[in-house]
Amino acid sequence: MSAHRSLVAIGDLSRDEITHVLELSDRFAEVMSRDIKKVPTLRGRTIINLFFEASTRTATSFELAGKRLSADVINVKATGSSVEKGETLKDTVLTLSAYQPDVIVIRHGAAGAVASATRYTEAAVINAGDGKHEHPTQALLDLYTLRKVMGKIEGLHVAFVGDVLHSRVARSGAIALQRMGAKVSFIAPPTLLPRGAAQGLGVHVSHDIADIADADVVYALRMQHERMGTGGFVPSLREYATQYGIGHQRLRPGQRVMHAGPINRGVEITDQLADDPAALITTQVEGGMVVRMAVLYDLLSDPKVQREAHDVSAMVAA
Amino acid sequence: MNRDHVLVQRPGPLTSVVIENVRILDPGAGIDTHGDLVIVDGKIGGDPTGLARIDGTDCIVVPGFVDPHVHLRTPGREDTEDISSGSRAAAAGGYVAIAAMPNTQPVVDDAQDLARLRELAAEQAVIGVGFICAITKGQLGVELTEAAELAELGAAALSDDGRPVSNAAVFRRALQYQHLAQLPLTLHEEDMDLSAGGSMHEGAVSARLGVGGIPAVSESVAVARDVALASYEDARIHICHVSAKETVEEVRLGKLRGVQVTAEVSPHHLLLVDEDCESLDPATRKMNPPLRAIDDRDALLAALIDGTLDCIATDHAPHGPSEKELPFEEAPFGVTGLETAFASLYTHLVLPGKLPLEILIARMTCDAARVLDLPIPTLIEGATANLALINLETRWIVGEGGFQSKSRNSAFLGTELTGHVTLTIAGGQNAWQV
Repeated sequence: MSAHRSLVAIGDLSRDEITHVLELSDRFAEVMSRDIKKVPTLRGRTIINLFFEASTRTATSFELAGKRLSADVINVKATGSSVEKGETLKDTVLTLSAYQPDVIVIRHGAAGAVASATRYTEAAVINAGDGKHEHPTQALLDLYTLRKVMGKIEGLHVAFVGDVLHSRVARSGAIALQRMGAKVSFIAPPTLLPRGAAQGLGVHVSHDIADIADADVVYALRMQHERMGTGGFVPSLREYATQYGIGHQRLRPGQRVMHAGPINRGVEITDQLADDPAALITTQVEGGMVVRMAVLYDLLSDPKVQREAHDVSAMVAA
Repeated sequence: MNRDHVLVQRPGPLTSVVIENVRILDPGAGIDTHGDLVIVDGKIGGDPTGLARIDGTDCIVVPGFVDPHVHLRTPGREDTEDISSGSRAAAAGGYVAIAAMPNTQPVVDDAQDLARLRELAAEQAVIGVGFICAITKGQLGVELTEAAELAELGAAALSDDGRPVSNAAVFRRALQYQHLAQLPLTLHEEDMDLSAGGSMHEGAVSARLGVGGIPAVSESVAVARDVALASYEDARIHICHVSAKETVEEVRLGKLRGVQVTAEVSPHHLLLVDEDCESLDPATRKMNPPLRAIDDRDALLAALIDGTLDCIATDHAPHGPSEKELPFEEAPFGVTGLETAFASLYTHLVLPGKLPLEILIARMTCDAARVLDLPIPTLIEGATANLALINLETRWIVGEGGFQSKSRNSAFLGTELTGHVTLTIAGGQNAWQV
């Protein structure tokens, strides 16, 4: 079992702990505004990014976050690794753990993979997305973005729209937003709304796209074709776009739009809206790196396991 | 048809012993008394003079348990269980008879496979072991197995357990053919299209965890179909591991309409719920059918008490560590159960007053034997000794002393239970003694 704290599910963090990460993120954002964007905070630490599923944003930002903190960062992808030879997750984690990393960041296609990995390593484990289960750092960067753009999270109403069924982003987001005092709705076709969502997550659920009118923020979810298999959950993407696609015509002035990417232009969000400043998509990406710096720093600065003291002031002074 | 030959056990010396000062409880025979139970040469009763004596203080002696649904992984996965280890695990749990499912590698679907297993059991089984054969060849759901011949050779029942007979016409022919072969049909009920991609009960918890859901109706619609077909063909069916309240209703309606339907429920479905899956630990929490919601669990208990569900079956499903150390969604289904069945139910249902001890014993003994027409263990004078002596005061930690089973994927691993089997006599022979 991991000796470090790990981040497997967003629900593991209290409201205070989330606030702490967001405040740390602000400090790192300040560092990132400097000419030299690298701090020695995690010098001598080793971070392994272990990605069994494709990723651009998450993989890049974790790598960059680690490097800007001066950690040694190693990226392992399933393709081209011993995973292709049939190595199990357990053996891959055991093997990588022999190099004594401080953190292993894992993305995997199966729910429970990250929880499983924590059983076989002493390293802190960060969930970078496991199946439809959770994506806690995405939830944190979304909170960070909202706090930055809207000024606060408490009292906001965020409506997740679209493929909720397959979305770890919506699940972690709903838990995190509610913990910070926001209201959350799931608005989706009946076939893409998980049964029990209202009860299980405490969110408002609806099939009526007109209900986005009540929301301050409309969070468009990617249609995840790769998890849908055969048979289809909607009759066609064309019909989905006409019924649930988010474009200017559905929004009222002042409403903001988020998307975790990658976007399917013309499906869950129109081309024009995706490029509009009302859409916070690139702001989210920017926030991704500093939030991941904050998460890495936070996990590795746990006093119980800290090998080399680096307080925040020393870091900022560097 | 005489079914005595269905169970196979290794021959050995017959037990003679006196269990002193013990509560003697046999609900099926209407016995509930306190005193000494004498066993001479493997039979209940006789002259106690000069016999070895066991103190039965704090203990009950009951007819040995019968499990109509276990997996012994033989042939093919003897690394996770074999007839010797599986029968010892059963004996350690107080069982005197178990019926092994045929979803092995290869599937038990012809006379040769059955004969080979019965030979092995005659060498290795410390209690009575019966072998269930497949309904369809290879459990592929297409061609019926040679059920009449299998019945003559001692098949315990027919089942495609692990999967349903999806094709209704094939299943209907199996029901028709039962009028010739006379074998119980024991059914894994699941609409595989509805359950596809699922790893746990579909509901609030799966919505929160983002784990693929197995809806309750994937079980109940299959049961509704099969009850209707059994009624139409005047055939007899047994429903495996009922997990959902909707299924309980289908069984109840079937019985009310006079359909010959029986059903079983597992200890884990009576004691655990989907909320317990938060750990995403497949070794202890992933099974099919899945752990369902609290109202399902409560409906199962009510149905067990009122007899809608006839008996307890463990669905003992051993898996090796490498199989269960996978991510939740990738690991195979199944938990072990033979060594903990009585203690888990006694601890969590009988002691808190939710289930009378007499009903629990009946559901694990005579009622369980009846669903597969197996010989009924009893403490009546003159009967072959098939019994379990259980100390109701002993507390133990599951797994602490290891397992008799080769596998340790127990839903109750590491938890404290009350009630420990100290002696099991099966077929008149000592099968387990602490």
